[in-house]
Amino acid sequence: MVCAGTGCVSCESFKIKEALEKEIQKKKLQNEVLVIATGCNGFCERGPILLVQPEGIFYQRLKVEDVPRLVEEHLLKGRPVKKLMYVPPAEKAPVPKMKDIEFFKHQRLLVLRNRGRIDPEKIEEYIAFEGYEAMAKVLTKMTPEEIIAEISASGLRGRGGAGFLTGKKWEVCRKEKRTPKYIICNGDEGDPGAFMDRSLLEADPHAVLEGMVIGAKAIGVEKGFIYIRHEYPLALQRMEIAIRQAKDYGLLGKNILDTGFNFDVEVVQGAGAFVSGEETALIASVEGRIGNPRQRPPYPAQKGYMGMPTTINNVETWATVPNIIRRGAAWFASLGTETSKGTKIFSLVGKINNTGLVEVPMGISLRDVIYGIGGGIPDGRKFKAVQIGGPSGGCIPAKLLDLPIDYESLTGAGAMMGSGGMIVMDDKTCMVDVAKYFLNFLRDESCGKCVSCREGTQRMWEIVKAITEGQGKPSDIELLQELATATMDGSMCGLGQTAANPILSTLRYFKREFETHIKEKRCPAGVCLALIQYEVIPDRCTGCLACKTACPKDAIRGTLKEVHTIEQDKCIKCGACFEACRFEAIETLRDEAIRIVERAR
Amino acid sequence: MTKIKRTSKVKQKKLKIQDLAKIRDKAKALMTIRDGEGRGKVTVHMGTCGIAAGAREIMDALLDQLSKSRVKDMIVTTSGCAGFCNREPMATVELKGQPPVKYIDLTPAKMRKIVEKHILDGRLVAEYALAIGSETVY
Repeated sequence: MVCAGTGCVSCESFKIKEALEKEIQKKKLQNEVLVIATGCNGFCERGPILLVQPEGIFYQRLKVEDVPRLVEEHLLKGRPVKKLMYVPPAEKAPVPKMKDIEFFKHQRLLVLRNRGRIDPEKIEEYIAFEGYEAMAKVLTKMTPEEIIAEISASGLRGRGGAGFLTGKKWEVCRKEKRTPKYIICNGDEGDPGAFMDRSLLEADPHAVLEGMVIGAKAIGVEKGFIYIRHEYPLALQRMEIAIRQAKDYGLLGKNILDTGFNFDVEVVQGAGAFVSGEETALIASVEGRIGNPRQRPPYPAQKGYMGMPTTINNVETWATVPNIIRRGAAWFASLGTETSKGTKIFSLVGKINNTGLVEVPMGISLRDVIYGIGGGIPDGRKFKAVQIGGPSGGCIPAKLLDLPIDYESLTGAGAMMGSGGMIVMDDKTCMVDVAKYFLNFLRDESCGKCVSCREGTQRMWEIVKAITEGQGKPSDIELLQELATATMDGSMCGLGQTAANPILSTLRYFKREFETHIKEKRCPAGVCLALIQYEVIPDRCTGCLACKTACPKDAIRGTLKEVHTIEQDKCIKCGACFEACRFEAIETLRDEAIRIVERAR
Repeated sequence: MTKIKRTSKVKQKKLKIQDLAKIRDKAKALMTIRDGEGRGKVTVHMGTCGIAAGAREIMDALLDQLSKSRVKDMIVTTSGCAGFCNREPMATVELKGQPPVKYIDLTPAKMRKIVEKHILDGRLVAEYALAIGSETVY
């Protein structure tokens, strides 16, 4: 077992693995000896580490030259090589190893390989871990056709949401004869709950730059733009620093690495519109115009920035490119599923124990992500749904938890890979409320150009809002589905075309919840304010005054040691009393005495 | 936003391909403490998540405590987001001869204790630590 922790990898443990495999083939031991890469054992100081089982023998500080002797002596003749051995200290460390921590052990860092180990404001540290080597190879040893062939062979699909084959996109633009051509990095990341691109730009900006130079060579481009939304000041700052340092070193700009290739890049700041993440709206924004989408075709590859051929890719897509060149397309294609190759970064948030940024191989099940990496649902609550793909995506219910994460499976279930936002919801989440939230978001962010989107999102939101307020009608569900179709069919861009997904997805799996709101005027999850009320449980109340003190509206009656009551006509349902009571209950180990019930009629 | 500092006053020499390898080896030697002369390295993770949770105060406490204890041979550096966002602020301490230790849920007081106990005395503080070792890379 060859250690593939970042410590050992930076000491070339992958080269050792390849040498091992080759040597084992040579000695015809491949049926008896299996070589696998494992997580970090914690002996980083002694790496590269090799563990031979079942004997449990550790080899340390290996070099590629040691491999033939190791295979000959230990694997073939059964004599462990004492000089290379390592005996771990006898006492077990009281602290667990990284590879045993649920959050980290299912992850496989590829695009995030530099996470936590380099200072993004020091280009030397990026170079220390093979940074810009892929670019050097591309600029000196590969033709544009070869680069595109490699990207196509890898099966890389756009990581921004639509999942279009990157190699194909580049090829179309490369064939365009008109110049100048452009490339753009889409760092607009507007989905609520998504922060993969922000993290990547803040932690490893050079990965994006290197990918863009490679793409520029492949497509025949000399100028690129990096569009970062205004709400990401740290990402903007670190990208500017990275560009400055790369230019100083001659890794960007004129005559890169003395190869005669020119490519310059400019950072453009977004202005706060979700729709500017749509490629034609983004181009308009870069041109200095209002971020409104336009009709396609012609696609940006034919007519983009300033009407010239332009390739736009997401931050994560650009950052994946150097890794494909560095490790090879075949290796990349060996990860993931048949149709979805490689790894994907997700932002795991919501009602989950472990939140953060996770990179997993495509094909991993939702269950492994939520219960493995995520550590399950906090407070002993039950999983209800996971929202994937942002406002254009959908909710996946518990019965589909064994779904593999890949483009087709998620679309088939009514959701979407999207840019990678994963919002976990528990049984105290109201799905009607969720639909209302996303519809409101889209309604607000719609540019307004198309009647179907502008009016469709407005009406759908109004109807769902009415349902959450107990004003729903039985005919609403059919009307919503009709509106959904109209909105999707009539809209010109992705925002409108997917604007109905929040309602379609929640209706598909949670129709009963909608019907309960409409017919019974009840919110089972206890969320929709108009349908709930807070009340004190008399036999549990100890009269501690905690809720009364917390109430901002003076709506609770009762004195010390007397059972409190909530005056419903004054109550604004802020929940402060509920939180105060829980706090007291925890302090004194009593059961909480305030609960949420259906509104009395 | 802070001003962007140039890394050197002298205009940086433009690299050729062979220079890349030289920089790589030199930078790696500086960054890894294994063959170097330093006592070790502390990385305070500073993505927006870390900063929002208080990573700058952790960094201040770290630098202050190191200076109070007159430690001059420790490499102190930052990185972007380390991934486990809800346990920020986080820091990784790697002493020569020992595996890296990831500390989570830090406060300035905890950071100072880690300096005293782990960095000065070589004993990791188990109750603040998440795990030892590094992440798995493909």
